[in-house]
Amino acid sequence: MDYLLTEQQTMIRDLARKIAQEKIKPVAAHYDETEEFAWPIMKILADSDLFGVYLPEQYGGLGGGIMDMCLVTEELSRACGGIALGYAGTGLGTLPILLHGSDDQKKKYLPDIAAGKRLAAFCITEAGAGSDAGSIKTSARKEGGKYILNGTKQWITNAGEAEIYTVIALTDKSKGIRGASAFVVEKGTKGMEFGKKEKKLGIRASATREVIFTDCEIPAENLLAREGMGFIVAMKTLDTSRPGVAAQAVGIAQGALDCALEYARGRVQFGQPISSFQAIQHMLADMGTQVEAARALAYATARMVDSGAKSVSKESAMAKLFASDVAMKVAVDAVQILGGYGYMRDYPAEKYMRDAKITQIYEGTNQIQRNVIAANMLKEALKK
Amino acid sequence: MASITILLDQCTGCTLCLKACPFGAVHMANKKAVIDMAKCTLCGACAGACKFGAIELKDLSGPKRDLSAYKDVWVFCEQKKGHIQSISFELLGEGKKLASKLGVKLCAVILGSGIEPKIAELSERGADKVYLVDHPALQFYQDDPYTEALVKLVEEYKPEIVLCGATTIGRSLISRVAIRTGAGLTADCTGLDIDGKERLLLQTRPAFGGNIMATIVTPRHRPQMATVRHKVMQEAGIDKGNKAEVVRKTYPEEVFKSRTRLIETVEEISETINLSEADIIVAGGRGLGGNEGFAMIGELAKVLNGAVGASRSAVDAGWIPYSHQVGQTGKTVVPKLYIACGISGQIQHLIGMQSSKVIVAINKDPDAPILKVATYGIVGDALEIVPALTREFRRLLGKK
Amino acid sequence: MNIIVCIKQVPNTTDVRIDPVTNTLIRDGVESVINPFDAYAIEEAVRIKERCGGKVTALTMGPPQAETALREAISLGCDEAVLVSDRKFAGSDTWATSYTLAAAIRKIGDFDVVLCGKQASDGDTAQVGPGISAHLDIPQVTYIKKILQISAQGARVERMTEEGYDEVETPLPCLFTVVKEINTPRMPSLKGMMRAKSAKPVKWTAADLEADPAALGLEGSPTRVLKIFTPVPRKGGEMLSGSAADVSKELAELLKDMVV
Repeated sequence: MDYLLTEQQTMIRDLARKIAQEKIKPVAAHYDETEEFAWPIMKILADSDLFGVYLPEQYGGLGGGIMDMCLVTEELSRACGGIALGYAGTGLGTLPILLHGSDDQKKKYLPDIAAGKRLAAFCITEAGAGSDAGSIKTSARKEGGKYILNGTKQWITNAGEAEIYTVIALTDKSKGIRGASAFVVEKGTKGMEFGKKEKKLGIRASATREVIFTDCEIPAENLLAREGMGFIVAMKTLDTSRPGVAAQAVGIAQGALDCALEYARGRVQFGQPISSFQAIQHMLADMGTQVEAARALAYATARMVDSGAKSVSKESAMAKLFASDVAMKVAVDAVQILGGYGYMRDYPAEKYMRDAKITQIYEGTNQIQRNVIAANMLKEALKK
Repeated sequence: MASITILLDQCTGCTLCLKACPFGAVHMANKKAVIDMAKCTLCGACAGACKFGAIELKDLSGPKRDLSAYKDVWVFCEQKKGHIQSISFELLGEGKKLASKLGVKLCAVILGSGIEPKIAELSERGADKVYLVDHPALQFYQDDPYTEALVKLVEEYKPEIVLCGATTIGRSLISRVAIRTGAGLTADCTGLDIDGKERLLLQTRPAFGGNIMATIVTPRHRPQMATVRHKVMQEAGIDKGNKAEVVRKTYPEEVFKSRTRLIETVEEISETINLSEADIIVAGGRGLGGNEGFAMIGELAKVLNGAVGASRSAVDAGWIPYSHQVGQTGKTVVPKLYIACGISGQIQHLIGMQSSKVIVAINKDPDAPILKVATYGIVGDALEIVPALTREFRRLLGKK
Repeated sequence: MNIIVCIKQVPNTTDVRIDPVTNTLIRDGVESVINPFDAYAIEEAVRIKERCGGKVTALTMGPPQAETALREAISLGCDEAVLVSDRKFAGSDTWATSYTLAAAIRKIGDFDVVLCGKQASDGDTAQVGPGISAHLDIPQVTYIKKILQISAQGARVERMTEEGYDEVETPLPCLFTVVKEINTPRMPSLKGMMRAKSAKPVKWTAADLEADPAALGLEGSPTRVLKIFTPVPRKGGEMLSGSAADVSKELAELLKDMVV
C-alpha cells in the first residue's frame, strides 16, 4: 500500500531496509543463538544517522518524528526483532528527555543519542510493579544539590549496554505515584549496578537486565520536568512510544510473512509448489491483509502523534494491541506453513514466533491496552 | 569522430544485430534496425553480426600505419626468487603455435637478477630467442624498473605480439607497458589464434561476466598484447636439444630507478595448495551449515591433494577466509576437477569456476543452478555424501 | 590530502539472468550499480580523509546516467564528484579510457592519491588503474590490501601477491588499486544521502579536457571488438542417484583417473 511517505521518509525506510536485509538478516540467527548484544550493528545504524531520524535538527537529528522512528523500527524488526530493540529501546529511553527535558538537558544528551554514540534505556518496571506501574518502590531522596536513588528496576531493555537511563522514582512516597519524578542517570554513576542478563524466549539479541541503585547520587539538574511529574512523564512517554511497538510488531509479522511466502513458492509437495494449494493461499491472503491493516493503524497513529495531538492514549493503545496480536498470529501461521521445517531452528520462522510474543506483553500488556482503550471510549461517550 | 550508421537500403529487418548487441542498444522500428546512441558503445558487435552489410562502423580515419617493422612473438616470463613461474611455460606453449602460424620467432623475455642460469630452461621450452636483462634492481618485481626495461626492449626490437600472464605482476606491468608503447592490450584471453591474411592476433575472452565471448583484435597498432590466466593454455613440452639465441641487454642506471621501494616480501603459509594453481578444488557453500561442514571439505581436499574453495555466502558467514572465495569477487579457477558441495551456483559463483574441466555438484535442491553445469550431479545432503566420498577415495588411493 | 577515486557504473550482476532460449544476457530491468570493487576504493578514500584530512573527489567516465553512481559515492562520504561524459568517448578501450581519466585527473589538478578498484566487474581487465598511472607518469601500487601508514611524505602499503603480500613504500602522488580485503565499505548515511541529493557533479566533455581528439573513444583505442558470440552453454551431465554410499562409490569410480 502506498502510504504517501515524504521523500525523506522514503529514503529513511529504504536505508533501514538495506541495512536490515544486508547486515542484520545474515546475523540474526547468530545473535539469537548466542544472546550477544549486536554492537557491530548498532555501529552501522549510528554511522548511517538512523538514531537521529526523530530528533530535532538543533540537537543533531534529522528533524523527523515518531513516524520516521516507526519506519526504521519496522524495517529492522523485519530482519530481527531483538536487534531492532537496541534501536527502539533507545528511542523509548530518549523520549522522556525529548518530551520533558529542558533545553540544557536536550543539548547535553540528545546529540550523542542522535549520533548513536550512546544508547538509552527507560526504567520503570520493578518486581512488584508491572502492569500496576503505580506501585513502584524505587526512591529518590533530595539532599542538597543532589538526589540519592535506591531501589531495583527489573527487565530493563538495553540495561548494561546503554549509557543514558531515564528512571522513574518516588521523590515523595507519601503521595504514592503522584510523588514520582523522572531522572536521567548516566552509566558509571557510583551506586548504579546491573543484574545478570536475563534469559528470554525471544528477542534474545536484546539485553535485558536489572538496574540496581544503592545510594546512587545524581546531580539535582538530572531531574526531568518537576518533582511529582514522573508518572505523567512515564505515561506520555509510553503513549508516544507505543506506535513504535506496533511498528516492531508489524516488522516481525512482515518478516514472518516474507519467510512463509518464499517457502510456499519453493516447497514442492504432491508434485507442485504448496503455494498453488488454496489452503495455503488463503492463509497467505489473511496474513497479508492483517499485516497491512496493522501497518495502516500504526502509521496513522504515528502521524497523529507527530501532528501534535493532545491525547493519543486510546489510538496508540489500539495500534500496539492490534499490531502485536497480528504479529503473534501471523508468526504462528508462518510456522504452520513451513510445517516441520518451521519448527526447526534452521529456518527463521520459529524465531519470528518467539520474538512476536513479547510485543503482546511489554510496554503494557494487551490486557492493559484494552483497559486503556475501553476507559477512553467510555470517557468520550460521557462527554457527548 | 567515429560513427555508426544503419544503411536502411541494406537492412532487411532480420534482427540479427538486435540479438548481437550486448548493450541492448538496438531496437526495430518499421522493420529496420535503429541504434539508441545513448546506449551504444560502438563496440561493433552488430556490424559483425549483420549478414547484409547494413551497418557501417566508421572509425579508421587517418593513414594506415606501417606495421611491417614489427615481428616475432614474445612471452614475458615471470620469475619470482629466480624461479620461472609455470604460467610462463604455458605461454611459451601457446606462443610457439602463434609464432609458427606467422612464420616468426618465439622469444622469451626475462628480467631479474642473477638469472643467467635460467636461459637453459627457457631454451628447452622452445624459445628461439631469449631477451635477458640482468640487474640487481630487477631481483624483485617493482613497477618502475620493470616497465622501463620492457618498454626499452619493445621499442628497440618491435615484437608483433607480447603475451603475459594475467597474474598480479603481469597485469600491473603489461598495462603500463601497453600505454607507454601505444599497444593494444586484451586481458584474460581464453583463446588465441592468428588471422593469416591480416596477421592479426585473434584474442577471444569472456565478456560481460563470462556469458558472452568476444573476439578482440588490434588492427592498426603494434605490438598486440594479451594476458592469459593460469591453466588456460597447455604448457610447452621440454626439448633439451633446442638452443635459443640469447640477447643480453644492459641499460643506463636511470632505467632501473624505482620510485616505490619494496620493504619486504611476506609469504603467508597456507596449509593447502594455492587455489588458482590447484588441479583439484573441493568447494563448499551455505549448504554445509558451518565450520564442521568445512572441516569435512578440508578432509576430502586433503585426500585428493586439492585445494579448498568456497562460495561468497560461506565466506560472508565467516566459515572460511576470503582467500578461499571462488567467483566474481573472489578468484577465477580452472581446475581439472571442481567438486561443489552445498553450493547453489549463483551466477557470480559460476563465473569463477564454470571453465573447470569436470564439475561435480552435490546439492539438496534439485533445481540448484549448479546442477545444470555439472558434469556429474548428485541431489543429496553434502554433509552425508562428502564423508562417504572421502572414505571411497581414501580406499581407492590407498591412503590411511 | 586530496584523494581522487575513480569509479565505474556497471550492471548489477545479482540481477543478471540468462535467457534460456537464446542463452544471452537479459539486460532489461538490470539495475546499474557502482562496480563492487570500486566500493572498497571509495571506502578507503574516505578513511584516508578521516585520518589525514583533505577531500575526496569521485571521478567517473560514462553516459549521463552515470551521475547516479557519483551521487551514491557522495552519500558514502565523497566530497565532490566529476562526470566525464561525451559521445566522443564511445568505443573507448582500456587505453583510451585510462587516457581520458588521466586527462580529467590532470584537470582536477591538485591530488596526492588516486584510488581505483582492482578491476571492474563487467570488463574484468584490471588495466585501467595501471593505465592511468602510466599516462600520469606517477608511481603505482596495485592490489593493495592494507595502508599501513600514509602522510604527505608518502605511504607504506601491503600489496597482495599470489603467495602472500609485499610491503611497499611509495612517495605521493601515487595510484593504488585496492582489493576486497582492504576494508568493509560502510552503509550510506542519511546525511550523506541528503548531501548527494542536492550535490551537483561537475560535468566535463571532451573539449573541457584539452585532450588529443585522436586519443579518445574508438579512434584512440588500439583494440576493436571483431565479434561477440555466445559460448556453447555448458551442458549438464549425468545425474547420479542412490544412497550416499552408493553414489560415492559410483562417483569415485568415475573420477578415478583424474585423482590419481
